[in-house]
Amino acid sequence: MLDHQVNQPILSTQALTKQVSIGETQLTILHDITLQVNPGEAVAILGASGSGKSTLLGLLAGLDLPSSGKVHLQDVDLFTLDEDSRAALRGKMMGFVFQSFQLLPALTAIENVMLPLELAATDNAESVAQKLLQRVGLANRLYHYPKQLSGGEQQRVAIARAFATEPRLLLADEPTGNLDSATGVQIIELMFELNREHGTTLILVTHDEVLSRRCSRQIRLADGKLLQ
Amino acid sequence: MNSFRFSLRMLFRDWRAGELNVLILALVIAISSLTTVGFFADRVELALARESNQLLGADLLVISSQPIPDTLTAEASRRGLAVSSLIKFPSMISNGDSNLLTEIKAVTEGYPLRGRINLADQFSINGDVSTPAHRVAEGIPLPGTIWIDEKVMTRLELKPGDRVDVGMTQLVVTELITREPDHSVGFVSMGPRAIMNAVDLPKTGLIQEGSRVSYQLLLAGELKKVEQYREWVKPQLTRAQRLEGIRDARPEIRAALERAEKFLSLAALASVVLAAAALALAVRRFTLRHLDGCAVMRSLGASQKQLFYLYLYYFIVLGIVASTIGSLIGFAAQQVLTQWLTGIVDTELPWPDALPAVQGVMVGLVLLLGFALPPVLNLRSVPALRVLRRDIGLSNTHSVAGYVLGLIALSLMFIWKAQDLKLGLYIVAGFITAITVFGAIGWLLIRVLGGLRHQAGGAWRYGLASIRRRAASSVLQAVALGLGLMALLLLTLIQDDLIKDWHTSLPADAPNHFLVNIQSDQVQAIQTFFQQHDITQPRMFPMVRARLSKINGKSVAAEDYAHDPHAERHVRREFNLSWTNRLMSDNQVVKGTWWQDGTQEALLSFEEGLAKTLGLRVGDELTYDIAGSAFSARIDNLRKVDWDTFRVNFFVLVPPGLLDQYPASYITSFYVSPAQASVMHELVRAFPNLLVVDVAIVIGQVQQMIRQVSQAIEFVFVFTMLAGFAVLYAAIASTHDERIHEAAVFRALGARRQQLSRAWAAEFALLGGLSGLFASAGASALGYVIGEHVLNLQYSFNPWIWLIGTSIGAVGVLLAGMLGTRSVLSTPPLLTLRNIG
Ligand SMILES: Nc1ncnc2c1ncn2[C@@H]1O[C@H](COP(=O)(O)OP(=O)(O)OP(=O)(O)O)[C@@H](O)[C@H]1O
Ligand SMILES: [Mg+2]
Repeated sequence: MLDHQVNQPILSTQALTKQVSIGETQLTILHDITLQVNPGEAVAILGASGSGKSTLLGLLAGLDLPSSGKVHLQDVDLFTLDEDSRAALRGKMMGFVFQSFQLLPALTAIENVMLPLELAATDNAESVAQKLLQRVGLANRLYHYPKQLSGGEQQRVAIARAFATEPRLLLADEPTGNLDSATGVQIIELMFELNREHGTTLILVTHDEVLSRRCSRQIRLADGKLLQ
Repeated sequence: MNSFRFSLRMLFRDWRAGELNVLILALVIAISSLTTVGFFADRVELALARESNQLLGADLLVISSQPIPDTLTAEASRRGLAVSSLIKFPSMISNGDSNLLTEIKAVTEGYPLRGRINLADQFSINGDVSTPAHRVAEGIPLPGTIWIDEKVMTRLELKPGDRVDVGMTQLVVTELITREPDHSVGFVSMGPRAIMNAVDLPKTGLIQEGSRVSYQLLLAGELKKVEQYREWVKPQLTRAQRLEGIRDARPEIRAALERAEKFLSLAALASVVLAAAALALAVRRFTLRHLDGCAVMRSLGASQKQLFYLYLYYFIVLGIVASTIGSLIGFAAQQVLTQWLTGIVDTELPWPDALPAVQGVMVGLVLLLGFALPPVLNLRSVPALRVLRRDIGLSNTHSVAGYVLGLIALSLMFIWKAQDLKLGLYIVAGFITAITVFGAIGWLLIRVLGGLRHQAGGAWRYGLASIRRRAASSVLQAVALGLGLMALLLLTLIQDDLIKDWHTSLPADAPNHFLVNIQSDQVQAIQTFFQQHDITQPRMFPMVRARLSKINGKSVAAEDYAHDPHAERHVRREFNLSWTNRLMSDNQVVKGTWWQDGTQEALLSFEEGLAKTLGLRVGDELTYDIAGSAFSARIDNLRKVDWDTFRVNFFVLVPPGLLDQYPASYITSFYVSPAQASVMHELVRAFPNLLVVDVAIVIGQVQQMIRQVSQAIEFVFVFTMLAGFAVLYAAIASTHDERIHEAAVFRALGARRQQLSRAWAAEFALLGGLSGLFASAGASALGYVIGEHVLNLQYSFNPWIWLIGTSIGAVGVLLAGMLGTRSVLSTPPLLTLRNIG
């Protein structure tokens, strides 16, 4: 049983393709992507700007629909589900960290962290959020609004929020893209630490080679194709 | 329940963060101005109704030629109405050898229920007859006494304490009446008058079978109770009985009241339009600001259903709270307003109905749920992918559908609020047309203007570019501002015309006396009399009394009209037929054509309303019985008559020459100043057969009402203006976020503050001018339609409105815009860029 779980990938794609049409012309952004991510792995998706990294991440998270191909989250074929079921699955299994933080401006730090728990109707949202914020070093910033926090602090709040629901999979799209390099390093450290503590699988989009080397595996994209 | 708590929490958080300021402000101002207007209009209407009822002496009369059964009286008391009764009859009053046929009113305790009887301070009237020194009577004549008017006093040469014979008894003269409420200050009953106590009536022996007596039951009380009683009693009336309210009795007052009511409900509707416009703008800002949050929640696992309920509860609670606050403020403001107004006019305004408060909350909810909720609920379908790709937004088709839904809800609301289907429909149609046309033209213009930006220089160029870049917001802003301004201009135009129309129909020198029963051979002498006394020679109208006997060859009898007491009364009565070649200025032919000069044909011109009552059409052949011989003629046209001018008017006219062989008398109306009042006495002495009817009191009453209504209307207008400011505020706030961003980027790129502020000034001026232009066009068109078809006003097109509307729009939006964006411009760009990160 245990054996089976370890061997089964937490996330896999088969011939994932995304095309968009701009006017008359068809543009292929992602081309025939097949990959697997195993539980506990930390995978970096690397590539130049415009190579399709964010598009791929969006598909892996079920935020977008592919033109063809499949994504399996454990046993579940993501695109046989409707959008609401995918959202429910995201709420249960995934956490996100974005380049532009994506905190709700009207909510304080702690309320931002509580949000996914409230959406899942969890009872102890406040204590969980408080502990997590303490963990990311913002114990004395609980009641600050995002605009009263620095970029690095905002991203810490976002990371705390991502871990609030104890997700099995953490997806991060250039989490340091809006930060200076020193702060970026701190944020990445924090993410890896939490990742280890919670035994989360991490998929990290970046174009930073140095950063990507901290991951156990690198996947490279160029012009929407996987470089093997 | 859980999702309700979550909604409340999110609502609280947004409120705490100031996210809801614009929305709440717009809603609260709109609802409070709406309820202020509603409450106030309600009270003014009640006050006007009560005031005009003073002429009647009651709110409602039951009039009968037979004694009125006790059941009617008992039911009125049971319903909590004040009740009094009187019996009116003509009788001789004698003082020794001199007799005078007098109209006597025998009254009971409580008379009059509305208005008052004025008694002269001294038992003689000299000099200024219209306003002799007087006091208000307390109660009614004591048993054994009689109060008389000036005519009785002079003709019978009476002093206080004199005894007069009334029928078989003697009464002591105690007081001289200078004014009494009586609606029937009409042609028939302007002889000498006296009031006695009903207790003495049996002793006179005057009331016998067959005597000409009018029994009246007077009722007064709360408007609603009176109306309910009216409904209750109506089906039980016998042929001998009829109901009379002031509106039945005096068409001039009815016309003035109805117009005032329509205007006030128009003002209330205008504030709903303003509320909707403010809300549409505020909601757009709200949705734009919540797009990201919703996308994040979607990515965090929120289902569409969850978001749906989140915002449904959110807005229901917000709507109830904001509307309640708005209603309370409206109530308070209205209270202040009333205080203010009562300082100027001397009527006590009755306590208002609770209805406006309920309406306020309802309108608030309908506005929010019908107008704001659809676009907000759309948020639930924001693609979660937006968290990765910022350019993904909402498809717009949904929000158009949302607005359509809101419009339908609003339209129904309107028609309900207007309490006048026609007015409601016209306004709804007008504003919906305006929205469509403004939207379409706005879109086109913005495209065209945007295309022109390369030709324009400097600030204009950036202003144009800016408008075009924000095309959707710009169109929405222009439409909303245009609608708001249109509502305000519409009110201004109509208010102006209404007040002007009242003043021209009832100028200070409106005829206040009628002269009836002038014989043909007296016409010349009377004209000379007027000339000698410096009174403008009035036009004399001939008339012949006739009774309608056949319609299209078929005999008519009053019984045929038993189902319609109004028609029946007309058939029973004698008509006055008059003749003229010239259509009077307050008459308008609505069917058929006015006859040609010198026609010899037997034609009739019939008053529209009466024709309708009797079921007559153009082409019908009528036969009249005039002094025993038959006269037939064909209805050639129908006329609309402006009854509120107090000029002589006839229901039926014929061309001159047709009625020459019949005995005619003449009637005229003219203005006599209070200083000349004694001339009338001289006139009556010189021509004793004349009947002089003095309507100065009625006219004074109507003029007073018009003054009050005009003032009320001006007050109400100020409050609608407030709602207009809410629109302006919401409009400026709606692009605030975009501007913050824009300013940061531009300034980071090296634009100087001045360059940016000039570009924005150009943008605001253009936007405001455009809205003003829309508003002027819309207000002129809708004003014309409403004036002509609902308020029956002579609508005058005002070319200035275009200039005024456009410049008010441009200057107003420019000022508000520059004030509103001052803070944006003075923030260092780095701070802004960081804040929006
Ligand atoms: N809906 C769309 N319509 C048109 N083009 C698209 C769409 N989505 C993505 N693209 C294009 O596909 C390409 C890949 O975009 P994507 O955002 O995935 O790149 P990326 O690798 O994340 O780049 P970056 O490192 O700059 O974030 C880009 O050229 C983008 O312009
Ligand atoms: Mg990207």
